[in-house]
Amino acid sequence: MPAIGSIRMALALLIPMHGVVVFAGFFAPYDYAEQHRDYPYAAPTGIHFKPLPYVYGLKGDSQEDRTRVYALRFFIRGRFFGTDPPGHVFLLGTDGYGRDIFSRVLYGGRISLATGIVATGWALAIGLLWGVTAGFFGGWLDAVMMRGAELFLALPWLYLLLAARAFLPLHISPVQAFLLLVAIIGSVGWVRPARLIRGLTLSLVQCPYVEAARAFGGGPVYLIRRHILPETRGILLTQATILIPYYILAEVTLTFLGLGVGEPVPSWGGMLAEARQYHTLVTHIWMLTPGVATFLTLLGYVHLADVLQGRRDPVR
Amino acid sequence: MRYLARRLLHGAFLLVGVSVLSFLFSDLAPGDYYSELQSDPRVSAATLAALRTQNGLDRPLPVRYATWLKSIGRGDFGYSLAYQGPVGPLLAQRIPGTLLLTGLATALGWLLSVPLGIWSAARRRSWPEASLKVILSVLLSIPELLMAIALLALAVQTGCLPAGGLHSPGRADALDALRHLVIPVTVLTLGLLPILVRHVRSAVSEALDAPFALAAAAHGIPWRRLLFRHVLPVAMNPLISLFGLSLGSLLSASLLVEVLTGWPGLGPLFLDAIFARDYAVVLGVVMISTAFLIGGNMVADLLLYRADPRIRG
Repeated sequence: MPAIGSIRMALALLIPMHGVVVFAGFFAPYDYAEQHRDYPYAAPTGIHFKPLPYVYGLKGDSQEDRTRVYALRFFIRGRFFGTDPPGHVFLLGTDGYGRDIFSRVLYGGRISLATGIVATGWALAIGLLWGVTAGFFGGWLDAVMMRGAELFLALPWLYLLLAARAFLPLHISPVQAFLLLVAIIGSVGWVRPARLIRGLTLSLVQCPYVEAARAFGGGPVYLIRRHILPETRGILLTQATILIPYYILAEVTLTFLGLGVGEPVPSWGGMLAEARQYHTLVTHIWMLTPGVATFLTLLGYVHLADVLQGRRDPVR
Repeated sequence: MRYLARRLLHGAFLLVGVSVLSFLFSDLAPGDYYSELQSDPRVSAATLAALRTQNGLDRPLPVRYATWLKSIGRGDFGYSLAYQGPVGPLLAQRIPGTLLLTGLATALGWLLSVPLGIWSAARRRSWPEASLKVILSVLLSIPELLMAIALLALAVQTGCLPAGGLHSPGRADALDALRHLVIPVTVLTLGLLPILVRHVRSAVSEALDAPFALAAAAHGIPWRRLLFRHVLPVAMNPLISLFGLSLGSLLSASLLVEVLTGWPGLGPLFLDAIFARDYAVVLGVVMISTAFLIGGNMVADLLLYRADPRIRG
């Protein structure tokens, strides 16, 4: 099935998602902390066409007021779209404080996606260093390093994440929390790439061309840089596509449990935590959209990982 | 037998390693259980120091580690400052809950995924198989968080299933407990399913493509017999290892589901202990979950030992 198995489909999902999240300041009609206290839990604003798009004003109980009409304007006040005040446009409704959920999903994605990507870079860096060192020098160093790495696999990942988080301060600023989150999440899951890279290094070191280079007097630094690191590219790429969704999910989970970046900075996990009032959730189901955003991002990455792995290993 | 002894030794090494590392980290952690009291003007610094001395928090690290090991020997797992008692009984109370969830989900997940995986490997490149693949990809991408919240909201709305906990107030019969199990077990099984089916499928298709399978087919062995008698035993091998590995992700998912549904397992205990800085409980849960995972892998090793003559040699 070429249509589904193509990389293009995954990228068609991922690139726009990352684009709107990175440029959230432009695409989001409101700031993430801007409260519209008069309109808590407002339903998604209906967009009407005549033929130009317009929206109705909102009454006190967040119902449409058909007597007031506001045109939907593009490129207004430095944002992609919006309406003239006092009109509002809440594409995905509002939360309990009347904050625009669409804007918050976009801004919140910054934390979630950035954590996923930065933590992946961090984990792959550790994995690369660890795997190449162990595989290249071999012997007792290899044995000790790989045994040590196994300790990180001895715990179920969420238990490991929470345990690591438990031993760090609870009340910290958002920037500190972000860095902490990246460091913790990246420390889980670097073992698999490290193992793969070690295996690759072990086999490369025995290749005739590497032995020849060594016989000509190439030192370890030269051999690693010239002959080993370039060969790890494939593993790093496929591992990155596996790790990023896994780490995004880890961030969402930790923040959901209240151990990540806290208010007022939005993130998908934190927003989902606000949706946890099961008794009222059905009446404002749009509170679940950060979960849908997470789902779409994961779908894109999982698909990308499948395609990349399928290329390497056509049996699957 | 040497293989089994080696695996056992390896497991023991991991347990000790994890205990030393987590103990070290808990020592490096800023603040302890009494840190929150520091801001309370009614509690003097002397009182806090006395409390810390009384609970042995000021003793040197090796001494505390030794005390802790001794208390594990007694089954106490240290002293919980928040619960004012030994950690062991707290853990013992919660372990059955987690084991019940993960055990049921494991059983259901394997029961569903082995036939599905075999079926999809046997009919590769057909449209029903392709659509199954799409469904599994979608399932794999739905965060368990979202699935659990959506199911719970649905349960509350329709009122057909209880939304959390272990028992409804005033009822303790088996039917009631079963109804409480539906949502957590569904979420866990659906989370486990795509991973398992993918692995079963790839293991079976790999065995199907092996030269021996081609030779067997060429000898005119019927398809059904080929699949179940010749291919499946070979494909079992990677699956047994997967059984141990899948336990880790299942325990993690279980933690989350327990917290979400208020299920009395290790998850809520762990989370509360983290917020209370009750390190004895944190360490206890870490050790127990490690033991679960190692135990699961050990079972997988045993099965592998039975199934694969190459290891016994």
